[in-house]
Amino acid sequence: MRQQLEGSQAVARTVARCRPEVVCAYPISPQTHIVEGLSELVASGALTPCEFVNVESEFAAMSVAIGASAAGARAYTATASQGLLFMAEALWNASGLGLPITMTVANRAIGAPINIWNDHSDAMSLRDCGWIQLYARDNQEAADLHILGFRLAEQLSIPVMVCMDGFVLTHAFEEVDVAEQGLVDAYLPPFRPRQVLDPAAPVTIGAMVGPEAFTEVRYLAHENHLRALEAIPRLAEEFAAVFGRACAGLISPYRSADAELVVVALGSVLGTVAEVIDDLRDNGVRVGALGITTFRPFPAAAVRDALRDGQRVVALERAFSPGGGGIVTQDLRAALSDRDCPISTVVAGLGGRAVTRPSLRRMLVEATAGSLQPLAFLDLDRELLGRVSGGRVSGGAA
Amino acid sequence: MFQIRIHGRGGQGVVTAAELLSIAAFAEGRHAQAFPSFGSERTGAPVVAFCRLDDRPIRLREPVLEPDAVIVQDATLLRPTQPGSGGSEVLSGLKPAGFLLVNTSVDLAELGLAEVVARLPSGHAAAVPATLLARTHVGRPVPNAVLLGAFAALTGLLSIDSVAAAIVERFRGPVGEGNVAAARAAYDHVMGLRSHAPAA
Repeated sequence: MRQQLEGSQAVARTVARCRPEVVCAYPISPQTHIVEGLSELVASGALTPCEFVNVESEFAAMSVAIGASAAGARAYTATASQGLLFMAEALWNASGLGLPITMTVANRAIGAPINIWNDHSDAMSLRDCGWIQLYARDNQEAADLHILGFRLAEQLSIPVMVCMDGFVLTHAFEEVDVAEQGLVDAYLPPFRPRQVLDPAAPVTIGAMVGPEAFTEVRYLAHENHLRALEAIPRLAEEFAAVFGRACAGLISPYRSADAELVVVALGSVLGTVAEVIDDLRDNGVRVGALGITTFRPFPAAAVRDALRDGQRVVALERAFSPGGGGIVTQDLRAALSDRDCPISTVVAGLGGRAVTRPSLRRMLVEATAGSLQPLAFLDLDRELLGRVSGGRVSGGAA
Repeated sequence: MFQIRIHGRGGQGVVTAAELLSIAAFAEGRHAQAFPSFGSERTGAPVVAFCRLDDRPIRLREPVLEPDAVIVQDATLLRPTQPGSGGSEVLSGLKPAGFLLVNTSVDLAELGLAEVVARLPSGHAAAVPATLLARTHVGRPVPNAVLLGAFAALTGLLSIDSVAAAIVERFRGPVGEGNVAAARAAYDHVMGLRSHAPAA
């Protein structure tokens, strides 16, 4: 049923319909409303059987999720920013052990300086921890990707992060068709773990692996991720058949087929980008967009197929690697290495700075003219930089 | 698309007001989006929230830069800007044919808004004693839901019944009923202003 509700509540209700048996919770903005919503559903008996575990930290949240999943329970948690970093060690264990935990990341910047607002630095910094990463463009997609995420995780024994922009989506009221229980049950079968920790039939999970086999373990993890690239489009198709609406899979192109310039982006900024593209198209500027829904595994073949020689590419990134540059850009370069597609990186919306239509329009006009720097920062405040650089100098400066 | 920006202070229910507007519009079959300005949540600190209404799905995620309507829950936010204060931003970008709604017991001219009001079309600006109405009907000085009644009257965009339904959906019992009574009083107040206004 279509409802007007907060993104966090849409996710909480959808996750509840995925019947998690263990929900671990530790609060951090902008994620907290999600686990609050789930706690109410557990307390009221609407979500049962489910154990809601208040833990003392994010490290504990992921550790409890690992234990629950290893014992055969469908496990869920949610976090953001510093909270995600605090569970970093456990994240590698979850993926290394092949435990299909599903987690929401309400994307938020990382301090210092402390900043509670939205960007993608948190999830991007855990890019290589072996989890699948899906990025939602709006709250419908955020809700639906959780249903697909649980199914994907359990089918492949790989944990899944569903990334949704903190505040911009988590705190936005908009209409969402929260999937009905019967349809979720039809799409998502009960969790059948491959092996279970059971005192009656003991097994060892997570034994030490030495140099003789560690490379092979990682190789198999990579192969498994590549299987996700085949599974995700099929699961998205099946989702559409069951729920009667499309669910994003690997990528989502927008007016990109005949575009001279294509903006590649992840998450909610794609909505504003689409508005700017329509506006520029009305003025005869041939631009398009390519949304990356699945960032890990990276859908290199799908990206290559979606772009053609001669198209300029702007990677609009909500995080970056100091001393390096764009993070998504690296994957794009690798995917397009045999293509004649010049790529620029535009870092935008760090720490909650609004990504506005006028700024995007200005940047895209520059980009179509070929005058964009290889690495640019949208709306960089040069006056502020000047004031900062005129400040105190330590040491023996003249 | 119709875009609304609500200015107030932490504790006045600024974010809730935007959410209720979106719920009322959704109930009338429109697409609606409401979101806060994501500041640190402190009582008394300036807070901004946004609401968009449209006949088609809303994709835009930027803050409302050029509002069709500005709702001011605390008139002290209209004072001339001090360095570091957000005062000057309250009316920024307000469209020439936009609407202005201020919670105040005094005339808009007394707040230094005569020029602003003169630039807007006749009947597009209103002063509503929302805090007083809230004290009377709710027993607490929370003007947010009250102003939504005034907004319905000022803009004609939403029916007062949809606003009332959104209020009681959020606030059960006497608090909801009191807020509905106050919102209806604010609605009547603005309709009264309108009937006395000179023809445009």
